[in-house]
Amino acid sequence: MNKLIKYVLYDIVRNKIIVAYTLFLLLLSIGLFHLGGSPDKGLLSLLNLVLLTVPLISIVFGTTHFYNSYEFMELLVSQPIKRSKIFLSEYLGVSLSLSVAFGIGVGVPVLLFAPGATGLFLLLTGIFVTFIFVALAFLASVITRDKAKGIGIALLLWFYFALIYDGLVLFVLYSFGDYPLEKATLVLTALNPVDLGRVLVLLNLDVSAMMGYTGALYKSIFGSGWGIAIAFAVMVLWVLLPLLSARRVFQKRDL
Amino acid sequence: MRNLSKFLIVCTAYALVCLLGSPAVFGDTLKVCTTCKYHSVKEAVRQAKAGDIVLVDGGVYKESGIEITQPISLIGRNNPVIDGQNSGQIITIKSSNVKLEGFTVQNVAVSYMRDDAAIRVADRQNIQILNNTVLNTYFGIYLQNADNSVVKGNIVKGENTGKIESSLGNAIHVWRTDGAEISNNRVEGHRDGIYFEYVTNSQVHENISERNNRYGLHFMFSDGNVYTQNIFRENGAGVAVMYTRNIRMEHNTFEDNWGAAAYGLLLKDISQSVILNNTFRRNTTGIYMESSSRLDITSNDFDRNGWAIRLLSSCIQDTFRLNNFTGNSFDVSTNGSPTMNLFEHNYWDKYNGYDLDKDKVGDVPYRPVSLYSMLVERVPPSVMFMRSFMVDLMDSIERVLPSFIPESLVDERPSMKKIDHDSDRKLVQNLR
Repeated sequence: MNKLIKYVLYDIVRNKIIVAYTLFLLLLSIGLFHLGGSPDKGLLSLLNLVLLTVPLISIVFGTTHFYNSYEFMELLVSQPIKRSKIFLSEYLGVSLSLSVAFGIGVGVPVLLFAPGATGLFLLLTGIFVTFIFVALAFLASVITRDKAKGIGIALLLWFYFALIYDGLVLFVLYSFGDYPLEKATLVLTALNPVDLGRVLVLLNLDVSAMMGYTGALYKSIFGSGWGIAIAFAVMVLWVLLPLLSARRVFQKRDL
Repeated sequence: MRNLSKFLIVCTAYALVCLLGSPAVFGDTLKVCTTCKYHSVKEAVRQAKAGDIVLVDGGVYKESGIEITQPISLIGRNNPVIDGQNSGQIITIKSSNVKLEGFTVQNVAVSYMRDDAAIRVADRQNIQILNNTVLNTYFGIYLQNADNSVVKGNIVKGENTGKIESSLGNAIHVWRTDGAEISNNRVEGHRDGIYFEYVTNSQVHENISERNNRYGLHFMFSDGNVYTQNIFRENGAGVAVMYTRNIRMEHNTFEDNWGAAAYGLLLKDISQSVILNNTFRRNTTGIYMESSSRLDITSNDFDRNGWAIRLLSSCIQDTFRLNNFTGNSFDVSTNGSPTMNLFEHNYWDKYNGYDLDKDKVGDVPYRPVSLYSMLVERVPPSVMFMRSFMVDLMDSIERVLPSFIPESLVDERPSMKKIDHDSDRKLVQNLR
């Protein structure tokens, strides 16, 4: 398996997109920290961009990579190697390389300009989001053999998590505004990894104190060790669920 | 001629003697120290007659229940400490024209029935309480019915860690008083820093009130007071003012009042008042306004608050001019559509209009209430979606085509540049 991951990584590094991605994140982060003035402001702007671009790039890169290495996978399947091993190596290869790119591109500037717990949360969130969206990308790719369709599904997933979901939830919250919604909102946030990541970082920033009674309530939940642990556990679930179901499909499918 | 000059010399000499000897004429000086005639402050105060000075030298005096019944001056030299040892009220002033200066007064236990204070003035006028330090007491300085009194340069420090609101007293408590002056005090660690009830025509200057459990400044039914250059910081719920008319608040700083129910300044049923040149920084809510009318809110800075202004729909005829709004999560929020309030010439950092004729006034109006802020007002849990991309998108669309946000809340002439308020506040104070 290690050997396989090594080959996948080598393949990814060779096609230079990952290097461009690293440079893009690096420039963006340094630029934002210089523009923002205070490190907190920089982190906030960075958070928004990370939560928009990282899922997009992860999901698009993941899908295209999967389709592009179809022939390689077919070759491997003819060897005495388990399918799940092939699948997991591909997955780990892609998500690890994207995470390393993120770690260098965003991690280094964050450690330089805004070291601390919040920066760490931002990094962890970014890495989790990378893993989650690569898993979703693989799920989209194993569903259909058609590359265009696969990328279409992947983009739709991104659209859903980054944009539509929040709109839907806000609409639901507005419609049921007369009911106590504190707990429901918490659950609804956990159903979208992007939101979960955003709230986790936001509530550990200074600004969280500004969010009034409800903000204080959520801060008491997410600020505690248990809350953070549960949030990250949910993130892990978000990685495992699409990944395992994609593996299942991949194992049974006629390639 | 000779006789006349002699007479003049004699007269002058006599006058000089009279002048030099005047303390002897107006009162004695009673000294209190370990080697003096008096060893106890209480004893010296009891013996003192009107106009006497009781001079207390440095040292620790374990006394309480000192009652001043004559117009005397009780002066501490070399920082004498009066330790009440939690046995009730320490100094009670029961005479007008008393001066109390330079003591450290400490340790008064909680007393729900009597409201024990370190220094209490009851029903007497023209009292001066200067440069004392009050430590670890229930109430600090308590004025009741004490017109024209001065409380100046005192430090009142309580122990509020781990205590609840109801087991704490106020640092400076003033009740039914006219023309008081509270200035240059530093109060912390009590329930309310400065508490006014039925206090009129009084001045509150240059005090620092911080880390109190409830309000930094709290007043009710106190008309015609002036509050300038005070700093209210990190209080449990900021500053609350209620049921009052004709007040002036100028050059005060309200900062770091954070929490579930914390306000920089809470205004309830305030009218015809002026809020000028104040700074609101990093509060959960900068100003919260309820049922307040005819307020003039001019030249204030609102910086990095959660909500800069929460204007409830019960407010009418309030004017907001020449204020700076920078870095607030929400500039203005409301629960309905307040009417007849005027926003004019404010600087909003979220404004993205243009100024074609270069008169430094934006050509398109700015709507300070965002759609999302209205949603949060209606459904508080939606605050979880702050800074979500969808929310930003929604707000931008609503700004372009307003349909939900109140029509009446609009700044028709927003300023393009941050307004430069008088940066040197001391200078302005002197000029005025």
